[in-house]
Amino acid sequence: MEQLYQISRHCRMDTQGVYRNGEQISVEASPDFASFSKSLYYSLGTSYPKFFKMDNLSKLAWLGAELLLKDEQTTNIAIVLSNRHSSLDTDLKHLATISDNEQYYPSPAIFVYTLPNVCIGEIAIRHNLQTENIFFVSEQFDSQLAVNYSNYLLNTKRAEKVLCGWVDYLQENYKLVLYLVEKTGILAHNLDVVRQLTR
Amino acid sequence: MKKVYLGAYNCVSPIGNNLTETWNALVKGKSGAKQVTITGMEADICAALVGEDELNGYFNKLLREENLYTSTGFTKLEKLMIAALIPVIKTVTITQETTFIVSTTKGNIAYCEPEEKGSTAASLPALAQKIGDFFGFKRPPIIISNACVSGLQAISTAKRLIQMNYCTDAVIVAGDLVSEFVLSGFKSFQALSDRACIPYDEARQGLNLGEAAAAIHVTGQQLQNHPFSIAGEASINDANHISGPSRTGEGLKRSIVSALAEAKLEPNSIDFICAHGTATIYNDEMEAIAIHRSGLADKPIHSLKGYFGHTLGAAGLLESIISLECLRHNLLLPSLGYQKQGTSLPLAVIKALSEQPLKRCLKTASGFAGTNTAVLFERELY
Repeated sequence: MEQLYQISRHCRMDTQGVYRNGEQISVEASPDFASFSKSLYYSLGTSYPKFFKMDNLSKLAWLGAELLLKDEQTTNIAIVLSNRHSSLDTDLKHLATISDNEQYYPSPAIFVYTLPNVCIGEIAIRHNLQTENIFFVSEQFDSQLAVNYSNYLLNTKRAEKVLCGWVDYLQENYKLVLYLVEKTGILAHNLDVVRQLTR
Repeated sequence: MKKVYLGAYNCVSPIGNNLTETWNALVKGKSGAKQVTITGMEADICAALVGEDELNGYFNKLLREENLYTSTGFTKLEKLMIAALIPVIKTVTITQETTFIVSTTKGNIAYCEPEEKGSTAASLPALAQKIGDFFGFKRPPIIISNACVSGLQAISTAKRLIQMNYCTDAVIVAGDLVSEFVLSGFKSFQALSDRACIPYDEARQGLNLGEAAAAIHVTGQQLQNHPFSIAGEASINDANHISGPSRTGEGLKRSIVSALAEAKLEPNSIDFICAHGTATIYNDEMEAIAIHRSGLADKPIHSLKGYFGHTLGAAGLLESIISLECLRHNLLLPSLGYQKQGTSLPLAVIKALSEQPLKRCLKTASGFAGTNTAVLFERELY
């Protein structure tokens, strides 16, 4: 008989607001993601200057992970993230630096973020997670895959907990849903619940 | 846990239109790396490209031979992927339980305009769906984009999906192109060599980018004439730096140790290592440390980057299928160009083609964002 797991914490972030475990977190009204992310960063009270060097996708993922893992003790947490637009927001910025032969200035600081899983790296560095990790890309969140994959990591004892979810950013449109799967929690870890959370 | 096997596999690479051509070129020591000039970039660089005209000719011939008539237009990457897949798909009965996995880092980014809003040209889901539909896969594709370990991690993911009864079998395709996008980026990192790369060598100057596609069938059933299985695997992050490899090789070491533990094997049971070996100082040094820490310092090791360049999201799968061919032929391929130790710790880098009984290969990959993957391949019948 397979072990059943639970969701211990979850959060959601989009243009409608920020929610942790279903409760809205008030963030100063902001006209764009740059100011919104900065407000939320300061309200979380973690000093992490590297945050300001990140691209928007990594900022979004970092903030979501901070909401869930700020006071987490274990570091044996696998990371399974996915999105639709890969790193396209930053890809377009890198393309702009090489579109004109007269002004050709590709930058390593931009180019390094032209992979979607760099946001996993940022979370891993912040929370010291030397763990299993993977980034999937799909049109919509694949709940079946996410539930199966998380269960597998826990069943095979490759991780004690799994940080799983969706983190998508393209030109001011963004959506993040993250949840933590472990032995005990506040919600059952099954297909229906995960579908509900990530809708 | 259910044992997972490898079925048919194929590739299209800078040195061959299919696996047979590629293998024959490898045995002859042929490199695909050539000097190329890219608009906008000051200096010439060295990269391993698949010739566009040759690919088009081969692709059209394949479609004709296989009666795969289509009015759809395909990009270079799509042609590479389809050409790699055709011989593999011929051996597979695609059912509702067959998953299609696509590994790529940048997909069709070469066709994306800088100002494009909500771009579909570079959409990875659109690319995967197009290839999946062409072959009639019944499930939505799974796309892995986890930097330079993607191709290798696709194999371990297929194994896991089969073990968790998510599917009975999986067909993987992995591909990436050498575009101005990636060339300019790696150039800005000062990571590119202007001549053929020489992994682990004292005189190395950096990496060559390369382009390729590779495909493989992974299944829970042992197939005739396909004696290979996946004995163990793991993908552990360094949690150290987003672009620089770990100085201690921690994530790679943990991945190797974990793969060996799953296989219940000692380091000594490995016959050779097909490593990542990009020929950048930091990567090669990190690998040498991780391999020493894993107790594998004396094992014959090569990097295939001297033949193919670094083919990014294709690399892990392309190099895995070549490792399987090494096992099949009992042949160790030399690490092309290697002469003198260039890492602080010595490695048993393979200098010449040699024949010896081979049963197990450790394949590793590492990449941006601290990613590492190790997969242990094993020959079932000896």
